[in-house]
Amino acid sequence: MTRKMADVIVIGAGSVGVPAAWAMARSGLSVLVLDRFASAGQGSNKTAIGGIRATHSDPAKISICLRSLEIARTWRETYGDDVEWTTGGYSFVATTPREEKILRDLLVTQKAHGLDIDWHDAQSLRQIIPSLRRTDLLGGTFSPGDGHCSPLLLGHAIYEQARLAGARFQFGETVTGVSVVAGRVHGVITDKGTYEAAVVVNAAGPWAREVGALVGDEHPVRPDSHEGGITEPVARFLEPMVVDIRPAPGSANYYFFQLATGQVVFCITPSPSIWGFDRRETSAFLPMVAKRMVDLMPCLADLRVRRTWRGLYPMTPDGSPIVGWSRRVQGVLAAVGMCGQGFMLGPGLGELIDRMVREALTAEDQEVLESLSPDRAFGGQETLK
Amino acid sequence: MPRIDQHPVVHREWKDPFSFTFAGAPVTAYPGDMISSALFAAGVRVFGHHPKDGAPQGIYCANGQCAQCLVIADGRPVKACMTEARPGMAVAPVDGLPVLPEREVAGRLHDVETRDVEVLVIGGGPAGLSAAIELGTRGTNVLVVDDKDRLGGKLVLQTHRFFGSAQAVFAGTRGIDIGALLEKDVRALDCVEVWLGSTALAVFGDGVVGVLRRDRYVLVRPSILLVATGAREKALAFPGNTLPGVYGAGAFQTLVNRDLVKAADRLFIVGGGNVGLIAGYHALQAGIDVVGLVEALPECGGYKVHKDKLARMGVPIHTSHTILSANGDGRVESVTISGVDGSFRRVPGTERSYACDTVLIAVGLDPVDEFLRSAREAGLATYAAGDAEEIAEASAAIFSGKIRGLEIARALGRSTDEVPDAWRTMGEILKSKPGTSTDEVVPPVEEGVVPVFHCAQEIPCNPCTSVCPRRLIRIDESDIRRLPEYLGGASGKMCIGCDSCVAVCPGLAVTLVDYREDPQTPTVTLPSEFGPSHFAPGDRVTVQDTLGEPLAEAIVEEVQKRDRTFLVRVRLPRAVAKRAAGLRIQEAWVAAALPETVEPLEEGTIVCRCERVTAGEIRACIRAGLRDINEIKTVTRAGMGACGGKTCAALIARLFREEGVPASAITENVRRPLFVEVPFGTLAGMEEEQA
Repeated sequence: MTRKMADVIVIGAGSVGVPAAWAMARSGLSVLVLDRFASAGQGSNKTAIGGIRATHSDPAKISICLRSLEIARTWRETYGDDVEWTTGGYSFVATTPREEKILRDLLVTQKAHGLDIDWHDAQSLRQIIPSLRRTDLLGGTFSPGDGHCSPLLLGHAIYEQARLAGARFQFGETVTGVSVVAGRVHGVITDKGTYEAAVVVNAAGPWAREVGALVGDEHPVRPDSHEGGITEPVARFLEPMVVDIRPAPGSANYYFFQLATGQVVFCITPSPSIWGFDRRETSAFLPMVAKRMVDLMPCLADLRVRRTWRGLYPMTPDGSPIVGWSRRVQGVLAAVGMCGQGFMLGPGLGELIDRMVREALTAEDQEVLESLSPDRAFGGQETLK
Repeated sequence: MPRIDQHPVVHREWKDPFSFTFAGAPVTAYPGDMISSALFAAGVRVFGHHPKDGAPQGIYCANGQCAQCLVIADGRPVKACMTEARPGMAVAPVDGLPVLPEREVAGRLHDVETRDVEVLVIGGGPAGLSAAIELGTRGTNVLVVDDKDRLGGKLVLQTHRFFGSAQAVFAGTRGIDIGALLEKDVRALDCVEVWLGSTALAVFGDGVVGVLRRDRYVLVRPSILLVATGAREKALAFPGNTLPGVYGAGAFQTLVNRDLVKAADRLFIVGGGNVGLIAGYHALQAGIDVVGLVEALPECGGYKVHKDKLARMGVPIHTSHTILSANGDGRVESVTISGVDGSFRRVPGTERSYACDTVLIAVGLDPVDEFLRSAREAGLATYAAGDAEEIAEASAAIFSGKIRGLEIARALGRSTDEVPDAWRTMGEILKSKPGTSTDEVVPPVEEGVVPVFHCAQEIPCNPCTSVCPRRLIRIDESDIRRLPEYLGGASGKMCIGCDSCVAVCPGLAVTLVDYREDPQTPTVTLPSEFGPSHFAPGDRVTVQDTLGEPLAEAIVEEVQKRDRTFLVRVRLPRAVAKRAAGLRIQEAWVAAALPETVEPLEEGTIVCRCERVTAGEIRACIRAGLRDINEIKTVTRAGMGACGGKTCAALIARLFREEGVPASAITENVRRPLFVEVPFGTLAGMEEEQA
């Protein structure tokens, strides 16, 4: 059994754990990250499609993602790696008055937070997305400052920076226990060793509930699964991420965008949700998503799908993440329930976690954390998941 | 490069030519031609250039597995090797990224068809067809899907006679003919449905199999799945390994034996297993010079009779040698080889180069096992047969299909028959690797007519015993791997010189020595699969011994044709007659080394063909401590391309071995469907609006 000491142990080298480790290591904390997989980002992080937007409806997410956007957008000039960032914007399109109303209503909150987002009528939207040929297109929102990058490359680049900053990573280990002494966390026990630290961050993604239970915390997080896919690369024809929130049998919404390298990445939100850890591809997904996409954008009919996969969304009852200290055991911090947005929340959230651990919160942080509190009433439902 | 209009075994009618265009220039094609074959026949080897580094792209697998042959046909990206050429088609090379054509409206979108079947067989090759026959004769509903336009799988490329058991698996019959026999049996069964041009795309987690049936997407729900998907060829990493002209032996056989395109002028083969040896033989039959063959081991892994046959025809077989590089500017112009020591390390000073335009990679096969893996993950009742289960000869695939067929029929309650023990024994025998070589046994008799067996290695094979009308050739029935024995003379019965054993031997390893007319200069009957253009009465020929050493010059007395095998009779001195095994086809100068060795470049060894990732990049990852292939994929894109790691996975594993990393330390790449790319429109059940 190995025995290692650190200031902070992060459980989970994924979308949240890696940027959190990076931020804390930069602040001079000694950080140890434990993960069940063989390398970083092999859980849900690699199944992310790569969109990063600030145009949410929840102020906390807006605040965190604005920082994530900045990190991703400036990554290349700051750190040198090309993570294939493209400021292509996001467009939520409407083909029925129902969607138009939802989107226009949201604009009010979004503009109040200073977001660069506007409504475009059909003609104006087609200037931005020429391939939208549906005759019943009413228009849509467009937020030019949002964008996308390769989740694999950005995830890996952050991991490399975390290592450079001194964070240590231990792969292929599954956490089996958290040791507590006199109400304070003392360390973590895995199937391969024991580790000591004064702070433990639960960034276990879909396993958040199980990890929380090790100290008696009950996080209302359970994974549902969404399927995604990628096509062959073609010459650039699509700038923004296109989101269609019109419900249809089997799916609540779907979205797609073109990577800098030319492939189109697409994903669907199944309705009803498919709960559980099963990540095997379903036969229903491709015909369903293909029909919706071709219907919206006819030219996609000729684009060939290359591969599909299924990823887990660690969902909370109200669609917002859970970020906060445990009330049972001192020194245990939960950063869980990202509801499928861990990739875009991660970089900003990592810095927030660092400020929490260092007790260096800003006034805005306090506000954000209030709405993400583990102890909140999980009543509401976010409009734009 | 011309079409092959004279071939000793296969024949194609060159009728109704039509033309299409490639990059605006007219190309002639014949009905049934794939775009790739027509382009090859027109001398076009480069079909496009890679968007990453501009490297020329062309044929690699010719089997729909890779995506090297991508072209734009009438505006849509297609694999040239799987798309039939049509009159007037406008084909364009893919240079950089293809442009997606704009569309005003989608066609009508239909719900995707769903089909329930008792047994779905993926793959209509020897294993799949044999299984379908067993199942169909027991009244089981079977659907066979195959991505090609003909049944038979790789049998349609096998122009040679098969080894194995004459009774159990048609040994002594040519592969192409076996394919036709199996197809005939399958077609006669009402409960067996066959979908050609139909590619299985994935076995989904819900046990449903997605099938691309021509241009329609169909979801098939089988009670039982039989995976008979065969094998794919292993790749090899060396400088120049993606130059146009370097390709798999299977690709070569497809072009030459199926499409009758003379795909090369001068060929070099890497790998001395049966695939490489047979490919060399097929090349000679197609009139292509075979400059040489390298095998890294001290002995070829294929059947000795195959190796001997090739050596007799004049092909140098360089054992304990490896390829260092394929050289050339934009295409293969030469190959550089070197000797290797017992640890496969290059021996300095042994390098030589040979001029050639094509290098065949025949370094073994891997099972196409992704359907098997995902079906098992899905909990679908699944069986595998043939190479998909275990790499072996096609005769073994026929038999394993038969066994699986009966097992599945039992599982479905369609039969109560147990698989006989004798079947299982035969199945194992047919899969067995060749034994060690012994000295050739020459019968002492020198009167009357004497058959001489130039086979001195135990392999599963017995056709010679079954054709002898006097039952004078014996192989122990309990184990057909034993060597044949001539019972004449001692038993009082003598060979009547009917030539049947000479004509049927798949190894071309039986000769007859007839002492009756002139005991001092007996007539020797030698088998040949080369037509009258090679050997005609009156021709002077070089007679070779078993291993390919010249024995004597002789004049052809007579040539007799027996089912596409030619029996060539020559008279030879008594002292050498029984040692005569075959005739030289290729002159020694063909295989001469270049005066100067072409130095291999240090760079240019590609591991991932789709994303153009080099061996150096992968080695750097390994040396930096990366052990998860998924992480290597993240960093380099290796395995992210069109083929989804089908080619590079084994090469990366090999680099890990070379870097001294044990397999237990490595985390394998996660594989995801689809097996091949499919347009959204097809998945959406789109029907094109009629203009």
